[in-house]
Amino acid sequence: MPGTAPLRVVVAKPGLDGHDRGAKVVARALRDAGMEVVYTGLHQTPEQVVETAIQEDADAIGLSILSGAHMTLFRRVVELLAERDASDITVFGGGIIPAADIPLLAQLGVAKVFTPGATMQEIVEWVRANVGESSAA
Amino acid sequence: MTRSSSVSRAPELTDPGPGRGVGGGAAAAASTGRRAPAVAELVELARKGEPRAVARLISLVENASPLLREVTAALTPYAGGAEVLGITGAPGVGKSTSTSALVGALRTQGKRVGVLAVDPSSPFTGGALLGDRVRMQEHFTDRDVYIRSMASRGHLGGLAWATPQAVRVLDAAGCDVVLVETVGVGQSEVDVAGAADTTIVLLAPGMGDAIQVAKAGILEIGDVYVINKADRDGADQLARDVRGMLGLAGREPGDWRPRIVKTIADRGEGVDEVLQAVEEHRTWMAGSGELDRRRQARARGEIEAIALTVLRQRFDDLHGNARLDALAGQVLAGEQDPYAAADQLLAAL
Repeated sequence: MPGTAPLRVVVAKPGLDGHDRGAKVVARALRDAGMEVVYTGLHQTPEQVVETAIQEDADAIGLSILSGAHMTLFRRVVELLAERDASDITVFGGGIIPAADIPLLAQLGVAKVFTPGATMQEIVEWVRANVGESSAA
Repeated sequence: MTRSSSVSRAPELTDPGPGRGVGGGAAAAASTGRRAPAVAELVELARKGEPRAVARLISLVENASPLLREVTAALTPYAGGAEVLGITGAPGVGKSTSTSALVGALRTQGKRVGVLAVDPSSPFTGGALLGDRVRMQEHFTDRDVYIRSMASRGHLGGLAWATPQAVRVLDAAGCDVVLVETVGVGQSEVDVAGAADTTIVLLAPGMGDAIQVAKAGILEIGDVYVINKADRDGADQLARDVRGMLGLAGREPGDWRPRIVKTIADRGEGVDEVLQAVEEHRTWMAGSGELDRRRQARARGEIEAIALTVLRQRFDDLHGNARLDALAGQVLAGEQDPYAAADQLLAAL
């Protein structure tokens, strides 16, 4: 039924770093919050992430990046979504990301960046409030 | 050999009232919120292979949208051309890895492939962690492969309620082959046999002895049995046990004799032989009339399920809990017997 379908979120690890604990913990927390989480594994290219989100009809993409390549990877994902006429898919993320970069990511169209110390509750509540048709966005 | 079709209830469909049945029709189109889809346009785009349109159509059927009826009507004329392969087995036997290997082999034949990979929903939160894609990464950007993860959403039997309808979407969208991967199953989740033309049952060594193999349930539904992880100890014994189990089944001359194939899916070994066995099964089905029989049974099952869902909802609407409570009270008080009480409920339908 419209409005009652679970939110679908792709949780992805783009780029070369292999630290997937954060992504897995967030995936688990979103699952426990009643969402359908598509987890795609390590070392994804932006193309793979975007193709997955489109095929899965995801409401959002959550990217976990600890490699320092966040500016490049987020930008590419946002660009590819625009090219595919899929900018309604919310992009958020987290990882080791300097505070100074966060406003720049926001300008690119990244809806939210969580940094170390963010609680699972905070992340779940943000997704609920900002993703899908029930969100205010 | 005939198969029982499974009858399941649609989740939370609302009965739009007498004369209309499941799905609200075009009037509901304006109120679907996000992405307000026009069904005819979506179907048109999906048939051109546009993945976003395919994705949205699957969401519409998966969410039992008010547009479901319209979507089904629009897809039906274009469906029926795809070969549907079911892949089932216990958790950890290598279903996703095997599915990915089969996709690769089918792509070398130039086939367009759809994959529906079902994982369980939590019975407590309704959430799901859908991880089958982890084993299928190499196909993500292949435009002739469409992969969709589906949560079971409380449906038992190894598939989601909407899986057969999602098969219809991929079929109409021009997939030559649709692979349906079940949740990791136990012993009795056999829905896949009703949804697929050919069912592949995956086994791996180390999961039990010959008695496990002789039990009823998923070990009766295979058209092709695959012993995966064949490089491990016990694979030959398992193959012998399965062969022994199949040998005991009563078969008439001309019946299909299920094939047994050994694979090491993560290295791609044996995968071509699996497709060869599937092809042999398909040839046998075409020659024996079994394919028509299976598809007839599938269509019957679907019609029956839709009708029963509507009937059940009408029944719930008519009587609610108050009426049923009153009758239960009368039965408890010895004023009437349960059959007479049931007759009273049915009389009002």
